Amino acid sequence: MLKRTPLYDLYAQFGAKTIDFGGWEMPVQFRGILAEHEAVRTKVGLFDVSHMGEFEVSGPHAYHFLQNIVTNDVGRLEISQALYSPMCYEDGGTVDDVLIYRLEEEKYLVVVNAGNIEKDEAWFLSHDHGAVIVNRSQETAQLALQGPNSVSVLQKLTDQPVADIPYYHSRQNVDVAGIPCLVSRTGYTGEDGFELYLDAGAAPKLFLALMAAGEQEGILACGLGARDTLRLEARLPLYGHELSPEISPLEAGLGTFVKLQKAEFYGREALLQQKEQGVTRKLVGFELKDRGIARASHEVLAAGKKVGMVTSGTMSPTLHKSIGLALVEKEYGELGSDLFIDIRGKLSEAKVVKTPFYKRAK
Amino acid sequence: MSQAPENLLYTKEHEWVRMEGTTAYIGITDFAQSELGDIVFVELPDVGSSVQAGETFGTVESVKTVSDLYAPVSGKVVKINSELADTPEKVNEQPYEGGWMIAVEIESDHPEGLLSAKEYQSLIAE
Repeated sequence: MLKRTPLYDLYAQFGAKTIDFGGWEMPVQFRGILAEHEAVRTKVGLFDVSHMGEFEVSGPHAYHFLQNIVTNDVGRLEISQALYSPMCYEDGGTVDDVLIYRLEEEKYLVVVNAGNIEKDEAWFLSHDHGAVIVNRSQETAQLALQGPNSVSVLQKLTDQPVADIPYYHSRQNVDVAGIPCLVSRTGYTGEDGFELYLDAGAAPKLFLALMAAGEQEGILACGLGARDTLRLEARLPLYGHELSPEISPLEAGLGTFVKLQKAEFYGREALLQQKEQGVTRKLVGFELKDRGIARASHEVLAAGKKVGMVTSGTMSPTLHKSIGLALVEKEYGELGSDLFIDIRGKLSEAKVVKTPFYKRAK
Repeated sequence: MSQAPENLLYTKEHEWVRMEGTTAYIGITDFAQSELGDIVFVELPDVGSSVQAGETFGTVESVKTVSDLYAPVSGKVVKINSELADTPEKVNEQPYEGGWMIAVEIESDHPEGLLSAKEYQSLIAE
């Protein structure tokens, strides 16, 4: 039996097609991936991301626990601020990538990927350093309102000013359509927008209120298909693709989020060694010159041999080009290098290009 | 509810066939395009090549997935819809008209082993 979010019963009225996404019955699309993608790039879109996991971490040992469990520096986190970080095993492989909110002096919220909730919980509890860790995934819903019109749509439903919430900051207990929400200026699309955390029971009401409030602004309900094309154009990693137990954050090009100067954290030794010796593989962006789409796990060839594999690929709706990310042996990952991708037995020519593929105008 | 015009024949793999004399025009059904979502590439065989009933003759690729196209009939490809190279979205917009894919010359004007509209409708209703 697939798990369902509290918004499941609303999907049909917005025309959703659902798929099994890591054990969750989630909408892959509503109107259509291309229309939804464009709505987020030019107007606004609303995503149900309630499948994501949330853990509350508190107590006098909360800080110490988090500082040890993630690679980024939690010490720089002010109250209401958010921090993105990979989380590693001792060998440098990636357990998950998470978002951490500091809610109070000694209270944090850690948001994890849906498919990793049980794994992360076990990892947290076996490395808890005395912190109080509570899984709030069941009772917490998350909606993502993304796109240039996000501010104007959200502002219609609350008296509190939302335009001045800085990027990667949040406000707690914001009354949105009569529902208390944690409102965060974050997202996974490469656009301006918000992620709203709230009590699961109130989620359908908020979803409908946002869809109604956004009608003039051209809001569309969006599925995981558009979420994937949007994040890929913005080169945001997806766990299980660009990050995994076999791929370190340094290989994935996420060195900015690995603070080796921190005294201690899981994976530090291995990552330090990777940093000093240089990684042997790197994640690169590519454009396909031929027709077709390179998809995850397709082999990458150069100089007549296998040099890596595709981690994600799609037809970029914004650029109208076939793009992707691949993890390749470092010497084949220079900008402008020619690669070949084995697409179902046919070698297609690709070129290493700069990423992100898409960056919004400020 | 997906459309399946009465005057066409269908396969279990969601292709349709429209007979004009001994020429079979082939495409994918409304149900198929709807399941695939936004189509971004259609790969078709060359004019003059042969296709074999039940075997793949090309691929159709949407943003989310790639799917093989299966020939409903055997014969020689006499025409392909070259407009789909630049406007693959026609398969979504007009699956039974502008979104046709290939035309195959066959031996009879009455191909066998295909489903009627009614049989196809009941198949996709399952």
